[in-house]
Amino acid sequence: MTYLWAFLVGGAICLVGQLLMDAFRLPPANVVSILVVAGAVLGGLGLYDPIVRFAGAGATVPITSFGNALVQGAIAEGKAHGLVGVITGIFELTSAGISAAIVFAFLTAVFFRPKG
Amino acid sequence: MPKAQLKRATPVMQAYQAFASAREPARPMARNLAIAFVAGGLVCVIGQAVSDFFVHVCGFSRKDAGNPTVAVLIALTCLLTGLGVFDKIAQFTGAGTAIPVTGFANAMASAALESKTEGWVLGVGANMFKLAGAVIVWGVVAAFFIGLLHTLVAPGR
Repeated sequence: MTYLWAFLVGGAICLVGQLLMDAFRLPPANVVSILVVAGAVLGGLGLYDPIVRFAGAGATVPITSFGNALVQGAIAEGKAHGLVGVITGIFELTSAGISAAIVFAFLTAVFFRPKG
Repeated sequence: MPKAQLKRATPVMQAYQAFASAREPARPMARNLAIAFVAGGLVCVIGQAVSDFFVHVCGFSRKDAGNPTVAVLIALTCLLTGLGVFDKIAQFTGAGTAIPVTGFANAMASAALESKTEGWVLGVGANMFKLAGAVIVWGVVAAFFIGLLHTLVAPGR
């Protein structure tokens, strides 16, 4: 059942992205940035985690999840350590994804040649 | 051409812009939307399967499985980008692979790969975040203000 919801919710988020690209003629970088901010806003309102609970990877794989994770980290550390926590907490949950992306992107440059 | 730029353009340039945009082929929007929906859904189903693997085979909790799942998707994307396969998939699927974390990983891996010729420090090192940086900057700025608001309005709750 989670697989069906993952497919539907993940597909729907990508559909919104495609709609922004085609209907509003926005470049992909702008669309992705808009979705990250949208994920952050939903996370701040406490509306993103309920979606994760029933859609699983359908909500955690799209980039909106990155915005939510940034906010959740900032809020959690903010509660524990006040205003300084907001700064230190931002990358708390997303550090694994960013570190992995840096390392694997670097390895891609090491092992492959650019094509055409 | 952005609106502000169009205003400053000469009449001939404006006429050309109107001429060009009238003849720009219409995007097959219904087809693009359908492909983005199905492809994006499939990427998330793959993500769910990887997550289930970590939960059921490796004994991770659902929450702990999140990080390795994202890492696996990023590694797969970087591999496919290096092999030159991802660009072809991305061209076909549009937002279906650009919006999931695969799009973020592809932006970084292709930027790193393309700038290899400019050297390892100012090429690969400096350009890796050329495209992906926009996402991080906007995400962090938004998260800062939302986190700040949350901390000021509901401290320690």
